[in-house]
Amino acid sequence: MTLLAVDKVRKVYRPRKRDGEVVALDDVSLALDAGECLGLVGESGSGKSTLARLILALEAPTSGTISYRGNELTTLPAADLLRLREKMQIVFQDPYASLNPRMTVQDIVAEPLVIHERNRPMSARARRDRVVDLLATVGLKREHLWRFPHEFSGGQRQRICIARALALEPEFLILDEPTSALDVSVQAQVLNMLQDLQQRLKLTYLFISHDLGVIRYMADRVTVMQHGRIVETGATEAVFRAPQTDYAKGLIAASAGSDLDVIASA
Amino acid sequence: MALLEIRDLHLSMRSYDGEAHVLNGIDLALERGQIRGLVGETGCGKSLTGLSVSRLVATPPGHYARGEILFDGRNLMTLDDRAMRKLRGTRIGMIFQDPTTNLNPAFRVGEQMIDVALHAAAADVDVLGLGATASRRDKRVAAHRLAVEMLRKVGIRDPEQRVDDYPHQFSGGMRQRVLIAMALIGRPDLLIADEPTTALDVTVQAQILKLIRELVAELDLAVLLITHNLGVVAQVCSHVSVMYAGNIVEDGEVASVFRVPRHPYTTALLGAVPRAHLGRGELRGLAGVVPDLIKPPPGCRFEPRCPLAIEACTAGRPPLMLIETGHSAACIRVAERAP
Repeated sequence: MTLLAVDKVRKVYRPRKRDGEVVALDDVSLALDAGECLGLVGESGSGKSTLARLILALEAPTSGTISYRGNELTTLPAADLLRLREKMQIVFQDPYASLNPRMTVQDIVAEPLVIHERNRPMSARARRDRVVDLLATVGLKREHLWRFPHEFSGGQRQRICIARALALEPEFLILDEPTSALDVSVQAQVLNMLQDLQQRLKLTYLFISHDLGVIRYMADRVTVMQHGRIVETGATEAVFRAPQTDYAKGLIAASAGSDLDVIASA
Repeated sequence: MALLEIRDLHLSMRSYDGEAHVLNGIDLALERGQIRGLVGETGCGKSLTGLSVSRLVATPPGHYARGEILFDGRNLMTLDDRAMRKLRGTRIGMIFQDPTTNLNPAFRVGEQMIDVALHAAAADVDVLGLGATASRRDKRVAAHRLAVEMLRKVGIRDPEQRVDDYPHQFSGGMRQRVLIAMALIGRPDLLIADEPTTALDVTVQAQILKLIRELVAELDLAVLLITHNLGVVAQVCSHVSVMYAGNIVEDGEVASVFRVPRHPYTTALLGAVPRAHLGRGELRGLAGVVPDLIKPPPGCRFEPRCPLAIEACTAGRPPLMLIETGHSAACIRVAERAP
């Protein structure tokens, strides 16, 4: 079943009148099925994060439509959009920048529950219990509740971000370079946890990354973007084994991980 | 003889909680024409090793308890600031991770390159191809010409025009090329590159690594390439030193180390990289955390996380032992782990 449909979306920014326009997205269409992980790759400036912002309805497309479960985001009344936002969450790249240093872990993870309280009333005690559950889900403990972000390592911080994203029981997560700031050994733990969560909580992922090895490990299908356009989409293994476009071929050839494979298997 | 040889280098950092032993007896050798990858995770001491070679670690808080850094036969540990300043930029070039913060936004790139060239010329007049008696004006003109030539060498198109551009007019990859040109303008013998491609896209990264390889062949450079990315090491390096918690745990030719890793940490690190053949859930993370460097484990620093640890592992630091030509590992169980 199609969860999210992006149809012929175009996004144009006009930074300053005399500078003309920047076409961030041009004729972008894609569909996400419930339960799958779609990998989105492309170089800086290719429009990956703009697309994420539009899908979360943080910005409106210049033209084209985005619908979630058949509801078109731009025409939705504010109250309905708020309800929809419970279902869509995001985890950002830099766990050092996306946590408020002056809030405790308890307040950080509970914040979505507070914001959406009207739709899901909850006593303070129930909220605390929910936060403890969420921390357990991502491998953290009750004793971490009162700590501040600076007391955690990068991997632990990213776990806090993931716990926060899961607070409202979403169906769909956008993971925007969630492991780029982490060491490989920690990245491996976080990736395995994300796979495990996806299965357990029946989540749908849009996984944005410039690391092709990570995409290959995580994604069922992959979409390649360049200069605001989609240049190739297909099943992950098919795209990696036999890329159709020159751009995708170049990207895969340039990926450092492939050299590691060549050396290790020789 | 090796161009650079680090012998038993110990560095500790004073902090409020005590002395952190951040480099615990580093041994490393580098010859001309080699690109040696220095690889390890955050906080393992790889950047401090690079900074130690160019003597850019402030003392205090740093304190070198023991060790030598031999560069072309001279022990850099005994040189004073003035002598060291002469080496930097002329014999030892450096590039760092973020090309944006390492260029001054207020000056044209040519201006910044000319500064470096003139500094290098003060130590070695040959750099500009002029005699010692050349006027200041002639030197400037020659330095400008050299800047243009270097920009061309690193693959920047229209260098005659681009030399007058400001850093913000270059893309990330182009800025890193400018930094490489600037590091090489004084014709150094040794280039220390600390995460030179981490901020760049994969295709640009591949171009920069190719450029470094070509320059090594052309100029007979030695490169110490510091990175956390094993793929980058595979792509460009001839040799690799693997660091863990202030120690070099494995050292050898890249092909040999990556095909048959002999230290359990190297094995674990390679197992954590997402690779083509891995199925769901097959990626192996590393259990446990990096040791506290103020109170490090008494024996092998990897022992608390090591799947192969035995009683004897806690009894003192295992030295780097030669296993076969050009491949050594610091593990007492290495002999049992036949390849």
